Amino acid sequence: MAEIVGAYFTSHVPAIGNAIHKGLQQDPYWKPFFDGYPPVQQWLAKTKPDVAVVFYNDHGLNFFLDKMPTFAVGAAPQYDNADEGWGLPLFKSFEGHPALSWHIINNLVEDEFDITTCQKMLVDHALSIPFELVYPDADAWPMKLVPIAINTVQHPLPSAKRCLALGRAVNKALRNWAGDERIVVMGTGGLSHQLDGERAGFINAAYDTFCMDNLSVDPDALTRDSVHEMVRKSGTQGIEVLNWIAARGALGEGPATELHRNYHIPISNTAAATMVMEPGVLVPA
Amino acid sequence: MTTPTERPEPIPGTHLFDGEAAAKGFEINAMCYSFNDAANRQAFLDDEDGYCAKFKLTPPQRDAVAKRDVLGMIAAGGNIYYLAKLAGIFGLNVQDVGSMQTGLTVPEFKAMLLAQADQIKQLEKANG
Repeated sequence: MAEIVGAYFTSHVPAIGNAIHKGLQQDPYWKPFFDGYPPVQQWLAKTKPDVAVVFYNDHGLNFFLDKMPTFAVGAAPQYDNADEGWGLPLFKSFEGHPALSWHIINNLVEDEFDITTCQKMLVDHALSIPFELVYPDADAWPMKLVPIAINTVQHPLPSAKRCLALGRAVNKALRNWAGDERIVVMGTGGLSHQLDGERAGFINAAYDTFCMDNLSVDPDALTRDSVHEMVRKSGTQGIEVLNWIAARGALGEGPATELHRNYHIPISNTAAATMVMEPGVLVPA
Repeated sequence: MTTPTERPEPIPGTHLFDGEAAAKGFEINAMCYSFNDAANRQAFLDDEDGYCAKFKLTPPQRDAVAKRDVLGMIAAGGNIYYLAKLAGIFGLNVQDVGSMQTGLTVPEFKAMLLAQADQIKQLEKANG
């Protein structure tokens, strides 16, 4: 029987990819951010997941605005990165897990989520950077991928409540998957930031802290605001926290234990955050 | 919660990319999406007028692009994730784009971002 080993959450700012490429991990600007990842690396080395189910948002690489799915599940044998417009070095490709993808798709539709399915899907920095951060020396990613894209770009966006429910439906699908994979769920993006408008540069540590404090113990607390109010509190791109909420749902309905947290302001225009959680309540030995 | 006919209170300095913006901005966003291809970025640099005409930019979109006016592009329906690809052609990053929208110089905008680290200290203080 498959096991959900835990959840890893991280920001996915494009500038991180550039910093990795240039080897700036020890640079004073970057160090407090990169120092948040060795504990995640150690946790992954210990838990050894072989599949990642990743909730993220596309930034105009795979989806254009001619067709914009609210929820899209990848079902491809392979996922490639491509030029996102800046001519940066390409990220490594991922091996897919079509059988598990279709299992998730079948279960989600059975549970009345009207998703889009993608047998071809390019993946951008929002998917690759989280892996670059925790497998810095890998020649190939050590796990297969099931990507789930959430529209955080073009309003109306799905509500936080709906994203949490989507995640919980994915959890249900993972629990009834007959394989013996070890699965990590991931949510990428955020936390508070705003790139556009006169309020560009907006960051809200108090709201981010509310989200991080509640995500493990009471994720429903993050679903009480409308998307509009969440944008007010977290910024136009801070709404990417929807990916975190969905990933938390995929960890399961019960309580989870926070194992690690790092929060740093700023990376580029963003309040950058990293968290690791395991399902259940850990009892001290 | 608001009813469908009721519009929530606007967020100062914030322009939500909704259906109205997406419809209005289709052309400029389509042009920016094309910049995922290096050859298209070069074609824009070689003949900006011709390239904008090929994508049928509306007059407000063309004007804002000509003036490198980010707020004008957003008002004309541009979405920041797509506009970031255009900015990249000019070697501008999101701090440059932030500066252009806030009236701060780039060093001032970067300093404003760095200063927000104080929010963490204030929270720690408030929580003892």
